[in-house]
Amino acid sequence: MLAPRIIRQLEEIVGKEQVTCDPTDMLCYSYDATQQSFLPDAVVFPADTAQISAIVRLANREQVPLFPRGAGSGFSGGALPTRGGIVLVTTRLDRIVEIDQDNLVARVQPGVVTEQFQQAVEKVGLFYPPDPASLKFSTLGGNAAECAGGPRCVKYGVTKDYILGLEVVTPQGDIIRTGGATMKGVVGYDLTKLMVGSEGTLGIITELIIKLLPLPEAKKTLLILFDSIDGAAQAVSAIIRGKIIPTTLEFMDAATIACVRQATQLDLPEEAQAVLIVEVDGDAALLERQAQRVLDIVAPLGVVGTRVANTPAESEELWKVRRSVSASLRNVNPDKFNEDICVPRSRVPEMIRKVDVIARKYGIPIVNFGHAGDGNIHVNIMVDGRQEGQLDLAKQAIEEVFAGALELGGTMSGEHGVGNTKAPYIPMELDPAAVAYMQTIKRALDPNNILNPGKIFLEAPVQVS
Amino acid sequence: MGRHKTLEDFRAEIDKCVKCGACQAQCAVYKSLRRESTVARGKIAIAEALLDKELPLGERFVLDMSQCLLCGSCHDKCPNLVPTEDIVLAARREIAQRQGLSSFGKVLTGVLKRPKLMDVLAKAGGRLEKLAFRKIPDHSGLRLRFPVPFIARERSLPEFTTHPLRERVPEYLAGRADASLTAFFSGCMIQYSYPQVGEALARIFRFLDLPLWLPPQQGCCGLPAQAAGDAATVDALADANVAAFAGREIGQVVTACASCNAGIGKHYREMGGSCAVLGNKVEDVHRFLVRQGLVEKLQQLPRQQERVRVTYHDPCHLRTQGITAEPRALLKALPQVEFVEMEGADRCCGLGGTFSVYHYDTSRQIGSRKADGIAASGAALVATACPGCMLQLQDSINHAGLATRVCHVLELVAQALPAEGFESDPIPTKEDCP
Repeated sequence: MLAPRIIRQLEEIVGKEQVTCDPTDMLCYSYDATQQSFLPDAVVFPADTAQISAIVRLANREQVPLFPRGAGSGFSGGALPTRGGIVLVTTRLDRIVEIDQDNLVARVQPGVVTEQFQQAVEKVGLFYPPDPASLKFSTLGGNAAECAGGPRCVKYGVTKDYILGLEVVTPQGDIIRTGGATMKGVVGYDLTKLMVGSEGTLGIITELIIKLLPLPEAKKTLLILFDSIDGAAQAVSAIIRGKIIPTTLEFMDAATIACVRQATQLDLPEEAQAVLIVEVDGDAALLERQAQRVLDIVAPLGVVGTRVANTPAESEELWKVRRSVSASLRNVNPDKFNEDICVPRSRVPEMIRKVDVIARKYGIPIVNFGHAGDGNIHVNIMVDGRQEGQLDLAKQAIEEVFAGALELGGTMSGEHGVGNTKAPYIPMELDPAAVAYMQTIKRALDPNNILNPGKIFLEAPVQVS
Repeated sequence: MGRHKTLEDFRAEIDKCVKCGACQAQCAVYKSLRRESTVARGKIAIAEALLDKELPLGERFVLDMSQCLLCGSCHDKCPNLVPTEDIVLAARREIAQRQGLSSFGKVLTGVLKRPKLMDVLAKAGGRLEKLAFRKIPDHSGLRLRFPVPFIARERSLPEFTTHPLRERVPEYLAGRADASLTAFFSGCMIQYSYPQVGEALARIFRFLDLPLWLPPQQGCCGLPAQAAGDAATVDALADANVAAFAGREIGQVVTACASCNAGIGKHYREMGGSCAVLGNKVEDVHRFLVRQGLVEKLQQLPRQQERVRVTYHDPCHLRTQGITAEPRALLKALPQVEFVEMEGADRCCGLGGTFSVYHYDTSRQIGSRKADGIAASGAALVATACPGCMLQLQDSINHAGLATRVCHVLELVAQALPAEGFESDPIPTKEDCP
């Protein structure tokens, strides 16, 4: 419960209609896509940077934790009010301020939905590549805070590669600008890169300056079936070695294929143990040759079938296979732990074999699919939470999956972030000095531990070794 | 309540929601109001909390469950296919039942009732009552759909005709002997507001030489009562319609109103028994006509030089059944039509039955986004397949100050056919029917 005077002050800042403490609203802002639930004490919907700054100052004065939230679609708990306090929703800051076609940059507010931005720039022949699966509803502010990825990142890079500058409200309420609209800029620390992926712990993003590319003229989609996961993994390396960087290089393992078989009209024969969905884009005249080259390269690697899409509708049909995965998984087991480890791309087959061993050891199904082109594998540990002991088994399996990824020189999370879900595992990946370095930054910028406390690190105090 | 599922019956579906947030991209109400409680995953969380007794059934719950167009867009694109519109309907029945009132609409009316507002509305309503509703029977869906005190003054309504459909089209039109008999369920809006749509349908059947029966005792499909959580009225209307359509061997029941199609199709099927028998025969008229080869016949008509630019709006109750290609195929085949797609053709118009009555401001906002797409398409006519959408689209167009007019697909089809009146055919006895 917040003191009435705090509510009153919030109302003075944003207006009575834009603050709520109603139990129904507390329930509705208690969750995100991780399905955890933590009830906040208040939810506030500011309209601009000045209001956000005033709210942050108020939170510092009153020592109330503040949790920034975009669409609440994150997979690591970044937007959850884990310690009560105030949820600050950025969706009213939803203006595309400028699309500068001379300099190929755009200025946007954080509440703009990613797909709406992409459609707006594509209308003028420009391109914003990062494409997290949630792009139809997640916000650019949230994408930047978590440094979202997506299938196209194998060729085009992730969110941080497109953020040139930011306007940020600092944890103490100052308004600062980082970076700028120029392609180059080396004055001072690169605070833009520090902010992107900091999960709302170091500041609240209130405006983004985004780099754009010319929109590729055309694309072509191929679906290739392999008789083994090794064949598919070798194909990934072979394609890259062949000096082709496809737009996307998505894979699905045998367990995933079994899941989607009922959901698609496409023939996915029993001997298909792995699927690659390869998309190439660029000059229409060159695409045909590029697609053929991909097919030639993978031909000796146990290909048991290929489908080439020649129209957008056919391409859509192929992508439907990939998109039906998420829903189909429920047929395996009702509860899903969706991890997104990333390993060097050549080690994907080893990683899949490790996961297979873990799945058999704990007797729980694990379904793997994801962005093979950059080694980012979505490991879905499927359990039935209603059965006793299953959740504990899942936790042990997750820890072993993380350990496996780290052994192969990888990371626990390629694109989802740490949030509160992976915070307990941070010491597995980062050495104590690195954690202390990060926490020193956090403590210096946010001495009251106001902004998104409990995220990334379990505890705020630095453990100095 | 026996024929209708309770909120508790939806427990398994509620559990399927994984809170991914995909519904935010679909929900027109959310796009206007931007509050989690208006989007599907929020409503599901709220419904679950009610079942778990974590939230009370208070005014807030009533308001939250009223903020739904029942358009089914979220259901379409939900990775786990959670039927939020059905869950909201069950919640509305729950409200009516627990509050001891006949309908959710009555409860909501009580919640929204503010003396000052009512005063103004009652005056406006009084005039409307006189002008518009005089000819409308008490049990008509139109009365449920547009409760008089809540009709906003700025809302443009169609004129209610003094010459309803059944006075314009004979009860029976004979056709080819080898064709099965089609019964036409007109619905309240075609009966009283847009009878020309029903006339068009009859002319098309005549053109195709297909027998058509307009059962005189048919009434409201019950959809407005469904939306109002009024299970008893739904049951009574359904039983009356089952009786009205009995007595003849019918091959299919066609609808030209997408909402009625859901009303006597989907919902009757869910009710089981004799309702399901009738519900199983229901088919959208566009789909039926395409199956009868009307597209090919229209393509044989001589093309006109000067063609009118027409775009199409997808009614939610057809779109959610995957009926999107058939109305377009008919339009594209017309000799006098140049068909163009508009942006957001598949987005709900914002009427949502009673939604627009209780939440007219939000409904208008949703409608204005629709009007943007219509304006950009440059179409002179917006064709659609649902009188409810026709009403809302015309209102949105009027507010946007556009010159575009709204019509039904069937009106354009009938326009392309050779003019011909109806000679009333003798009504065959049951024994004469194929």
